[in-house]
Order: sequence, then structure tokens, then C-alpha cells
Amino acid sequence: MATETPAPPAPPDEGRYRSVQESDEFGALRKAFRRFVFPITVAFLVWYGLYVVLSAYARGFMGHKVTGNINVALIFGLLQFVSTFVIAWWYTHWADRRLDPTAERLRNDIEGGGK
Amino acid sequence: MSSTARTLTIVLFVVLVLVTLAIVVWAGRRTRNATDFYAGGRSFTGFQNGMAIGGDYMSAASFLGIAGIIALSGYDGFLYSIGFLVAWLVALLLVAELMRNSGRYTMADVVAFRFRQAPVRTAASVSTVVVSIFYLLAQMVGAGALVALLLGIGEGQKYLGMTPTTAKILTIILIGILMIAYVVIGGMKGTTYVQIVKAFMLMLGAILMAVLVGVAYKFNLSSLLGDAAAKSGKGSNFLLPGLRYGKDIAGNSGATLVSKLDLISLGAALVLGTAGLPHILIRFYTVPNAKAARRSVVWAIGIIGVFYLLTLALGFGAAAMVGSANIAKTDPGGNTAAPLLAQALGTKYLGGSNGGAVLLAVIASVAFATILAVVAGLTLASSSSVAHDLYANVIRRGQTGERDEVNVARYSAFVIGAIAIVLAVFARGLNVAFLVAVAFAIAASANLPAILFSLFWKKFNTRGAVWGIYGGLISAVLVVLLSPICWGGSQGSLPAAKLTAAQAADCGVPANSTKVNNATALFSCTTPAPIPFSNPGLISIPLGFIAAYVGAKTSRERDDERYAELEVRSLTGAGAV
Repeated sequence: MATETPAPPAPPDEGRYRSVQESDEFGALRKAFRRFVFPITVAFLVWYGLYVVLSAYARGFMGHKVTGNINVALIFGLLQFVSTFVIAWWYTHWADRRLDPTAERLRNDIEGGGK
Repeated sequence: MSSTARTLTIVLFVVLVLVTLAIVVWAGRRTRNATDFYAGGRSFTGFQNGMAIGGDYMSAASFLGIAGIIALSGYDGFLYSIGFLVAWLVALLLVAELMRNSGRYTMADVVAFRFRQAPVRTAASVSTVVVSIFYLLAQMVGAGALVALLLGIGEGQKYLGMTPTTAKILTIILIGILMIAYVVIGGMKGTTYVQIVKAFMLMLGAILMAVLVGVAYKFNLSSLLGDAAAKSGKGSNFLLPGLRYGKDIAGNSGATLVSKLDLISLGAALVLGTAGLPHILIRFYTVPNAKAARRSVVWAIGIIGVFYLLTLALGFGAAAMVGSANIAKTDPGGNTAAPLLAQALGTKYLGGSNGGAVLLAVIASVAFATILAVVAGLTLASSSSVAHDLYANVIRRGQTGERDEVNVARYSAFVIGAIAIVLAVFARGLNVAFLVAVAFAIAASANLPAILFSLFWKKFNTRGAVWGIYGGLISAVLVVLLSPICWGGSQGSLPAAKLTAAQAADCGVPANSTKVNNATALFSCTTPAPIPFSNPGLISIPLGFIAAYVGAKTSRERDDERYAELEVRSLTGAGAV
């Protein structure tokens, strides 16, 4: 076995992937994926950026004590953990239901029908 | 460290080495082909790989470094943890599954998928090796420093006939030999099991210590924080960002601005670097499919997140129970915070000084396990890339046998390991956190633009990938070479630092000199740096993206058919191996 990478399983006809790419079903899959991950990526990067910028410039606000010695900085930091956990869970939950069935179907079509 | 703790540390370390070597030999017997060697046979479950990712990712810098920064500078250590954690969302949402579906063994498999193989694979391989070597140096230098500290060999003292310097050098060589052995014998399977074992040890160690800290403060976070702030000598500022990063420097607005931008620069490199670290990326290939890759990243996020929450307890616990000043006395970098806390907790809760010695020795061996697992992952990532990208696909143009390629990977592990040992011996005085931050900055500047553009941008091409990788790599390294890390002089926005007698002597200036900003600069203490930032990310990450964009725009090469193939395969898993 030669190890050149990446080698698709012997491409039978030139336009095979092209025709899948242009199909409605794949278009919907790509759209669903991008509509989910791009906005969330922007959102968590902005949310994290806000945290870093406030850490640099808003010490007064960050130092405000909420209860006992627990201040806004600590809560803000812990919320970054919470948001990370929630997004990870949400994406998995969503991808299991929305991405996997379509991806599976397309994969079977390509691998079974293309040859 | 008492002699009991010393002996016990060495015994535990020997046990650790024997156990991991046994695992690796066992895994090596089950390594028959290239997929086994590079990708562990793609047979690990999501949970196993999640643990291994945790073991690969949580380095000595995470465990000893972050706990140390929190113990000395309070809240600022938390900024590191958060960057290191949030970064995983980039990997989860944009990279892990697509990479698993369309690549086989290395980062370059995906980056070079639809472009001319030779130039893109060469560039990706160069950047893989550079990032991995910076990261390797950080771990090995850290291990060297740790041994001298943990065995308690002070300046001018000897233990088993070793001065601190010989102990450091011997540790670096020993760690180097072990990591080569793990990779050569066990390949990805062996490395993965070592990382899983390490992740268990690290989590158990951290949970045990955090629970004991909790018991000491009756699980009242507020009183722990209050005590830590009081014992730190810095009051409520200890619970706020700004003691180490993004400082407000009175009367020097330029210096304040530089310091704040430097903090933002660090934050950017941390959050964007993870998804470009080659030794992390190749872990996605060790599971059977994209769904398992997704699962493994989610497990990794859970494990890593919990671990960083625990380091919060460890760091503030060390400040409160050991005291920042006592920690700084044994190591100005704070790396001894977690071991010293273990000693204090053991003494208090596990039966006096013997208990202290036991817990200290346990935590010290956890630290070694941590380092061993990470260096093995790094050696594997770089030797895989040399063998699979440079040798098999560039030099032999894909005309090579599987056995031949794996043999080259094993030889490469020897060579890269040997180079790392030599460099680490020379670099043993460098700051560990700096080396890790540079590795993250290069990964974010050189690798991430090429990965994202090649997965998502139809018009990306060979020139874009090559320019992006080299542009990001060169600009990150260049900014570091022109930064206060290399040139320590004071000027304008780089205020003069207070010098200790030893630092002044090292720099060859009088103790009251105002010429020095950074006394530990690599090239000169008195020449001011042309670029005032210590963290290159804010400059080099945009440059990496711009270089990739401009490169792609100025070349007419375009292969819509290959893009269709990459897009369809990466999203559906069709044709995935």
C-alpha cells in the first residue's frame, strides 16, 4: 500500500464530488453547519475578548465585590467556564441530531452509489 | 525536601518509568502498520481519546506554572486557564471533525489536501517541527528546573554527587531518552496509553489536593480567597487582574498601554493557538470517526475545564497555606507552589512530616508523569510529520512502502529527540512560560490561518498556504527576536526595573542602574528592544492571516474539483479512513 495522502478510494468519475457538492441535500447540510458554527464562534470569541479587555482596562468594575471576597472578576472568569461547557454540550447535542443523519446518508450514497 | 521525601520521590519516579515502559512495550507489540504507529489504529473511544487529549495538553506549564502564577500574582494565573480552555471551542466547532474526516496522519494531510503537495507539506512540516521543538524545550527545561527544586539541591549543595547544574542536565537527558523510547517502541498507541495514565494521575492528584484545601477552609471559597489575599501581602489586588499582566504603570502611559496590549496579545495567542498545535491535531485521528472525535473533544473540555478549576484552589490554596513569599523564596517563578502546597497539606492532614513527605513525593511524580506524556506527544507529532510529509510525500513523492515510512518515523524520533536534548541543555536557563507562549503564538499565526482557509475558503491555493505558514512563522519568531525577551534595555515605554545584586552582576551594571528593563533578556540587558511586546500574537496572528490571504489572491491556481472533494468529505465523512 502506497502512503500518498489523501487518496480517495479510486475516484471513478471526475465530477462525482462536484455533483454531490452541488446537490440540494449537501447544500442544506453545509448551510446548517455554517449557520450554527460561524455565529457561535464569533460570539464566544467576542465574549472572551470582552473578558480580556475588561481585565486589562476595567479594574474598578472587575474588583466590585459581589459577596464576601467573591468579586466580578472571579464570576466573569467562572462564566467563561460555564459558557464553554454549555456551548460544547449544545453543539454536540445539535450535531448528533442535525448533522449526523444527513452526513451518514450522503456518505452511504457516495460510497455505495459512486462505485 | 527531607531525605525521606527525596528517596520516596526517586522510588515513585522509577516505578512510574517502569510501568509506563511496560505499557509502551505492550502497545508496541500491537503496532503492526502505519495506521497503528501514527494513529493508534484509530481504535480509541471518545472517552479514552478525551483523557489522552487532556494528558497531551495539560503540560507542566499548566500544572506547576498556572498554580505558581496564581500563588504569586493571584488572579492573573486564571487568565491563562481561561484562554487555554476557551480555545477548545475553536477546535471543537471548526477543526476536529473536519480534520478527522479528511486527513489521515498529520496536520499537512488537511492543509495540503487540494494543493501542490511538495511546497505545502514542506511548509507544514517545518512549522510542525518548530512549534513542537519550542514546546518540547519548555517541558524539558521545566523538568530540569523541577528536579533540582524537588530534590532540594540548592546552589552549592550536592545530592548523590550532583550539583544543581548536573542534576538539571541529567534530567533533561533522561527525559529525552524516555520520550524517544516511548515513541520508537510504542508509537501512537504507547503514547496514548501513557497520556491516559498521566491524565488519571494528574486529575487524582489535583482532586486530592483541592479537597484537602477545601477541608482546610470548610469549602468556603470566600474565606480561602480572603486568606490568600491577606497572606500574599498584596491585599484585594491579589484577587484582580493586573499584578503580572496588563499592569498600570504610574506616570508612564506608554508603558501602561504596552503592558495592556501585551495582555491582549497573550489572550489572543492562547485562544487561537490550541487549534493549531500539531500534537493536539493528530490526536483527532486516533478515533474511528468524526462523531468519536466530537465526543473526545467534549470529554477533553470537561476534563481540562475541571482541572483548571482545581488549579484555582491549588494556586490560592498555596498562597494562603504556604504564603507567596515562602514560595518565591524557593523559586522566583513560582513553579514550586503545587509541590509545597502538597507538603503543607500532607503535614496537616496525613500524619505530620512523614505525611507531608509522602504527598510531596506523590505530587512530584505526578509532575514528572505530566512532563513525560507531553514530550512523548510532541516527539511523535514532529517525527510523524518528518516521515509522512517530508520523506514519504515530498522526497519520495508518495512512492514508498508503509514499513519504510514507519522506520523513517522512528529514526526521526531519535534525531528530533537528540536535537531537543542538546537545545534544552543549552536553553536550561530560559523561562518556561515564555517558551510555551511562543509555541502557541506560532501555532496561531502559522498553522491556524492555513487550516481554516483550506477548510472553508474555496479560492485558497498553494501560494496562500505557503505564504500563510511561512509568513506567520517568520513574523512570530521575528517579533520575539526583537522583543524585551531578547533585548532587556529600558527606554520610554519600557521602564527601568529594580535589580537584585545578582541580576546587576549578571548584566554588568551597578545595582542602582536605570538602564535595565528585563534582567533575564537573552542577548543584552541594556539594549532596548525595538518592539516593546513580549507576546507576538497581536502582531503575528494578523500577519499570518494577511500573508495567507494575499498569497491566495495573487495566484490564479484554483482547483474546484479538489475543493468539492475536500468539502464533501470533511462534512460527510465519505472516503474517510
